[in-house]
Amino acid sequence: MFVLVVGGGKVGYYLTKELIESGHEVVLMEKELERARQIADEIGSVVIAHDGCEGKYLGEAGCNRADIVAAVTGDDEDNLVICQMAKHHFDVPRTIARVNNPKNEELFKHLGVDELISPTRMILGSIEQDIPVHELLHLAALGEGELELIEAHLQTGSPAIGKATQDLDIPEGCSLFAVIRDGIATPLRPETILREGDKVIAIGRQECQELLHDQLIGEAIPAS
Amino acid sequence: MKTVIVGCGRVGAVLASSFDQAGHEVIILDLTSRAFDRLPSTFKGTALRGDGTDEDILRRAGAEDADVFIAMTEGDNRNVMAAQLAQEALGAKRVIAKINDPLRADAYADLGIAALCRTNLMADAVHAYLDMPVSGRKGILEPTGSHPGGEHHEIVATSTNTVSAGSNVAREASGTVPSGSQAVPAREV
Repeated sequence: MFVLVVGGGKVGYYLTKELIESGHEVVLMEKELERARQIADEIGSVVIAHDGCEGKYLGEAGCNRADIVAAVTGDDEDNLVICQMAKHHFDVPRTIARVNNPKNEELFKHLGVDELISPTRMILGSIEQDIPVHELLHLAALGEGELELIEAHLQTGSPAIGKATQDLDIPEGCSLFAVIRDGIATPLRPETILREGDKVIAIGRQECQELLHDQLIGEAIPAS
Repeated sequence: MKTVIVGCGRVGAVLASSFDQAGHEVIILDLTSRAFDRLPSTFKGTALRGDGTDEDILRRAGAEDADVFIAMTEGDNRNVMAAQLAQEALGAKRVIAKINDPLRADAYADLGIAALCRTNLMADAVHAYLDMPVSGRKGILEPTGSHPGGEHHEIVATSTNTVSAGSNVAREASGTVPSGSQAVPAREV
């Protein structure tokens, strides 16, 4: 497989190295001459010291026969353009872009980039899953976006622990509708007593989330 | 006419000021507020500091449903991204992006963006001045194709209609735009 990697930062460098080790044909484009030389010294003459955003140099790098183009520079707009040029001008079958701003994912997908890798999103996802986060977890936006599906994980310090749902001061425009306890989801009844470790699923308008936070999460405990 | 300009460099500032003087609504963005020093003191439009490739910032600036969206930053790719964002997500009717790499300019004109290519523009101007044959390339490459995302509406949950409206206009433009001799000749630039 012939892979064209654009961007000789840490990601591009290690990617190129790994691909060569697994027997693929690789060309790496890096526009900074010094950096390009440095990489070439280490891994051999697979480096083209030119800007991979420039159509001419993409062509010279053999973009038209590439099976995959991986755009891994630190700039989202560069990665977008590299992938679009590869796809629409050089008919590359598969394009992969690194996306730093998670907000750009939708747009890039929409504009035809085949695969998106977002380090920011990955790390964010990992943090939200693994570390006890004393915040409301936003699961999804509903309707036109003014309603949100929210999960609140009741942990030590939550004022809701030991209380019945009906005794909570739930802000208007919010409703608690299920609790996940020991991996089982059950509908919340007014008399259900909440316990530590419960995950309460709620739907609420964005503006009442602060009140909901006070009721279910309480004072945030700084993560140790 | 609502005009959004991204990048308040020399060209951006001149355009902002001339559109403003002609009585159009102008919103201009730049990453640094110092760039706005280029605007004349009489400028009545909106000048906002912010990244014109950021959808949220563009929306907050009121850049939705612009009649004209012009991406004039120093970076070809930033312009391309801002232009596509305007066309696909913000319902801009006509979109112009400065793309100085001739190959990229060609490619994006094929993808439905009017590409202003300074390289072609200046080379042609020099040729014309010296009475040498002009390449026939145009300063602004008219969009010839519809955008790849043109048929899809999934990108913006809140404004599906503007997405399709924007792309329809882009497609219309490809049919009605003057071509060849009618386009701006290099001599007049």
